[in-house]
Amino acid sequence: MKFERYGIGIAKGMALTFKHLFRPPITVQYPEQKLSVSRRIRGNELVWYLDRCTGCATCARACPQGNIEIVTHVGSENNYVVDKFEVDCGRCMFCGLCVEACPYNALAMGRGYERSQYRRSDVILSKEQLQLSDVRQPSGYARPLIEAGLPKQNLLVNWNLKEGGQKLNWLGLSKKRGRGV
Amino acid sequence: MTLLQNFRLFLDGMNWPDWAAYLVAGLVGIIVVLAFVLVLVIVFIWFERRLLGRFQIRLGPNRLGPEGIFQPLATAAKILMKEDIVPAKADKIIHWLAPVIVFVPVLLIFAVVPISQGAILSDLNVGIVYVVAVSAVSAIGIYSAGWASNNKYALIAAFRTVAQMVSYEFPLVLAIIGVVLMAGSLSMTEIVESQTIPYIILQPLGFVIFFLCTIAEMNRSPFDLLEADSEIVAGYHIEYSGMKFAMFYLGEYGHALAYACIVTTLFLSGWKGPFLPPILWFIIKVFLVFGTIVWMRATLPRLRVDQLMGFAWKGLLPMAIINLFIVAAEVLWLPEINLWILVVVNIAAAGILVLLWSRLFTLGGGRVEV
Repeated sequence: MKFERYGIGIAKGMALTFKHLFRPPITVQYPEQKLSVSRRIRGNELVWYLDRCTGCATCARACPQGNIEIVTHVGSENNYVVDKFEVDCGRCMFCGLCVEACPYNALAMGRGYERSQYRRSDVILSKEQLQLSDVRQPSGYARPLIEAGLPKQNLLVNWNLKEGGQKLNWLGLSKKRGRGV
Repeated sequence: MTLLQNFRLFLDGMNWPDWAAYLVAGLVGIIVVLAFVLVLVIVFIWFERRLLGRFQIRLGPNRLGPEGIFQPLATAAKILMKEDIVPAKADKIIHWLAPVIVFVPVLLIFAVVPISQGAILSDLNVGIVYVVAVSAVSAIGIYSAGWASNNKYALIAAFRTVAQMVSYEFPLVLAIIGVVLMAGSLSMTEIVESQTIPYIILQPLGFVIFFLCTIAEMNRSPFDLLEADSEIVAGYHIEYSGMKFAMFYLGEYGHALAYACIVTTLFLSGWKGPFLPPILWFIIKVFLVFGTIVWMRATLPRLRVDQLMGFAWKGLLPMAIINLFIVAAEVLWLPEINLWILVVVNIAAAGILVLLWSRLFTLGGGRVEV
């Protein structure tokens, strides 16, 4: 007797959805909870290292949009001194070509992705704004050394809110798949 | 003696004129029932969205108010502010009238729903017949909405509505007759009072038939053919917006609430239950029934049109007739028998019938091995 014929399939389906009631929801409540991003994310902004930059403007030439504006003058030791380094993030498409082109590792993609502004003038970033800071961390895109130091991405499902959203709880089922990406 | 009649007698005792007591008592009753219905409908909308979310491992709306309870109010405010668009070639009068025809019968049903002992607007002696008659009017509203919209999808939905509602009305009524035979009355209050054992245990097959038919009648998944999003976009209310759409929406959930109330009354022994107050028992049972409906919506895929009609005419209708014969024989020949013996007999009969009839609905009529 095949029980597939006697409505047992419907019963199986109903049992499956009923089990879902007791699983923790996988919803990420965005502003309070955030997923960790890939180590090689091409985030919304660039990180620029003042001391490494020689002002060669390779990045500006690599940029397909022409977003990067560099103005330099010749300094005392026959080097370039960067007067102005401006990136118009409003027109940037985050292709990462400038980062790949830089011969001195002076540029890196940022890890942030919440950089929307109310005014267009605010997304044009100056030399001071582009430098490394607490909120502006470099990602490992085209920078293997940086990537090695970053924590691996995980497909976390639940955040432990008691510990300030820092420690991650894993859903039992996705443990295998949840290893670093 | 219902609470409303008592209230009227109380007003008469205060030396109110007869007409004033009649009018005031009636108005108070209507307002109380309307408030009950509208509040419960709003809670239903929230309840369905949250529960459906949990079935799909989501959270559902949880931002507005505690646990998102005010989300339906926000939705209502949004809908109220929308523009009311009538298609240029629509039949304007019928297009305007259709939402009303859908919504008003739903409210009329609640006149005979006994929420508690005596808490009923009008204890009609033909209560359940009234429910069947009034709820069938909604089909006309949906049909005229589809017709007046001058839209092919709406018209397809209208045709489907008529086919579906007419088909499922038969087994629905036959399942009700089984209950009426056992209760010996058409009055909703007396049906509840006659249930020493809830009829869901005494007539499991009748309950299954009635429950599936109510889901088909209120056009919910898996019988939601007339608003099948993937086939005919939104069905009969495709050309409706603003408050008219809200009327359809409220009507749909009002229908769900009404039928949940009727399932509770007919099969789950209404307000009866130990420890808790009767009205709380009633609401708990209504939410259990609605939760089951949401559960089915979360699980089962939509039927095809021919499967839908086949299920009604080849599956539910013969089973309902056989169920009616079994119940009639039990009532006629075994009126004094211990009810628990009937319970065992009826559950066995239900199991055998379901097994027999499920063979009809296998792939290829059971001929093809899959």
